[in-house]
Amino acid sequence: MNEVLVIDVKGLTKRFGERTVVDHFDIRVPKGAIYGFLGPNGSGKTTTIRMLCGLLTPDEGDGTCLGFDVRRQADRIKEEVGYMTQKFSYYEDLTIRENLDFVARMYRLSKRKQRVDQALEELGLADRSKQLAGSLSGGWKQRLALAACLLHEPQLLLLDEPTAGVDPKARRDFWDEIRRLSARGVTVLVSTHYMDEAVQCDFITYIAYGKKLIDGRSSEIPAMVGLETWRVEGPDLAALEVRLKTEPGVEQVARFGAVLHISGTNKPLLNETVERLKAEGTHRWSLQVAGLEEAFIYLMAGARDNFATDTPPEIAA
Amino acid sequence: MSDTGTTERSVTKADVLRARAMAAGEARRAEREASKAKSGRFSFRRFGAVLYKEFIQMRRDRITFGMMIGLPLVQLFLFGFAINADPRHLPTLVEMGDNGPLSRAVIAGMEQSGYFDFRGQVMGSAAGEEALRRGEANFVVVIPQDFERDVVRGRAPEILIAADASDPSAVGGAAAALAGIVNVAIRETLTGPLATASGAPPFSVAVHREYNPEGKTSTNIVPGLLAIILSMTMVMITAVAIVKESERGTMEMLIATPVRPFEVMLGKILPYVFVGYVQTLVFVLASRAIFGVPFEGSWGAFFLGFNLFIVVNLALGFLISTAARNQMQAMQLSFFTILPSILLSGFMFPFAGMPGWAQFIGQAVPATHFLRVIRAVMLKGGDIADVAAECGALVIILVVISAAAMHRYRQTLD
Repeated sequence: MNEVLVIDVKGLTKRFGERTVVDHFDIRVPKGAIYGFLGPNGSGKTTTIRMLCGLLTPDEGDGTCLGFDVRRQADRIKEEVGYMTQKFSYYEDLTIRENLDFVARMYRLSKRKQRVDQALEELGLADRSKQLAGSLSGGWKQRLALAACLLHEPQLLLLDEPTAGVDPKARRDFWDEIRRLSARGVTVLVSTHYMDEAVQCDFITYIAYGKKLIDGRSSEIPAMVGLETWRVEGPDLAALEVRLKTEPGVEQVARFGAVLHISGTNKPLLNETVERLKAEGTHRWSLQVAGLEEAFIYLMAGARDNFATDTPPEIAA
Repeated sequence: MSDTGTTERSVTKADVLRARAMAAGEARRAEREASKAKSGRFSFRRFGAVLYKEFIQMRRDRITFGMMIGLPLVQLFLFGFAINADPRHLPTLVEMGDNGPLSRAVIAGMEQSGYFDFRGQVMGSAAGEEALRRGEANFVVVIPQDFERDVVRGRAPEILIAADASDPSAVGGAAAALAGIVNVAIRETLTGPLATASGAPPFSVAVHREYNPEGKTSTNIVPGLLAIILSMTMVMITAVAIVKESERGTMEMLIATPVRPFEVMLGKILPYVFVGYVQTLVFVLASRAIFGVPFEGSWGAFFLGFNLFIVVNLALGFLISTAARNQMQAMQLSFFTILPSILLSGFMFPFAGMPGWAQFIGQAVPATHFLRVIRAVMLKGGDIADVAAECGALVIILVVISAAAMHRYRQTLD
């Protein structure tokens, strides 16, 4: 890779007591890329993001973020990073303008009023600037949060599940904005659960239970997993689903509305099974290009939950 | 991946089990029909489930659990052992104008009564006065010169006992015991020709209640109330205000910005210093206008004392905020610190009357020292020199609390 790397860290590890939440995680993010961060809940995505922007000190590992050392130069990183937390983290009892103004002061921005006015204008909230942030709907809160973390014109945006609980229209607008920022050279690292958002990313890394399972260009991920996928339509899919589970070569059966996607990595074995079932003539079968979704369901099933036997997280903050 | 955009479902072991369970569904449906008849009634099963869940939650919330067990225990110990409405072993100084057997008998009698604990001698009334003002002694016994000779000559001299009556309950019991003590001393020492069968006693004892001559309780309680009011509000408000940031998630946003921890700490605390000023002002006006409590001492000493005390309480609130995970816990922990401020500081019960261990704990309570400062200033006319020792103690407490708070509060979330 001869591109400029905005994030380049190796062996990042974080433990909370006995639990290793992030386990030797490497990530390289080129400048201007949209980097998708996928994984189930509790897989260590938030912890990783917090380590990258200097909120948490890694127990092991090192590297740079925007050219600054993630261990020693957290203060410098904070100046240049926009971090949008998973939960709305601005003051609900302050107005929209007061919130933006407060953030502008935190970064000691010059021409503060002008910048805040401009942000309000771009947000389309200029006439509601005196409204309390707490009275905004989920979608508007998200837009306010994005505007607030863009106020100091960061070079790197860290977005932690930014579209959770936001309606589809607002999500689409949000992603349009992300792509505009990316085109301007802003690097975006975004964690998400949504497959339709994952496909919008240039790169994807998949993390489960603190360990990285795969990373690469999003277009190359399915090929890297190497799945053969068949699509089945027909009557009584529920029964077929149960039956398919035990057939040789079938490693995964996933239902998408009125169709089943059957996948496996052993192509000859899977195809043999499919030919046999096809001959029964009850269902329509067609070969399908394995997508990201199949790839991730497959990865998920293989990942071992190393927290499953743990005590309840009563101390974990 | 329950919340992906499309509706997808992968066949898992659970699904297989679910299919198997469908066969058993018929049987269960019948059971449900049967139970529907009694569904309106109180269900012990449901009730038990809620009860069980509540206990689990209680056990998980360690701080609340600790408070529930700890608080009654602490109260029990304090009320049972530490608090003494008839305090004994009160520090006493003596000015020996006469060193004869009768004087010594009086002193010995006082010591044996258990109320008075002789800590040494003073020279001259000014020294005695100062010891009282600084709270080094609760009593100063003055045996006049030529006491014994005057007794022999039938001049009925007077032993003066100057008592610090700023806390009336501290001196009440001891003063009441004096008459008996004197009689014993007379009976045991004055024998033979000097023994007066039934006539007037050969000498008298005068108790001089200083600082609060009328022994009014309000005069004692009201200045102390400032200590309690400030402890309560300052500690609680600060703790809650800071915990609110982390509870609402705004702390995460805050520390992701380049702001320094010290800036946050100071910026969050200063508004409450202002609140403390307002409370103090209201208090001073009210204590004068409503309760008629005098203000004898120097404003400089008062200013120094209450500023120090406010800062100590804010630091304590900050420390609590680093331990509490939500506003509820912050309230509980704050309340926990207020208890010793009321019970062990000498506010409610005389400090000198508490056993050694309780006094030891009481010394670590900021309110103890502020209480002495404010009583010395308002009632005893103390100046900065008189309150210097107590202010020094407050500074030590402040340093310890602040160090602990800064250690716990770090810029990172880990």
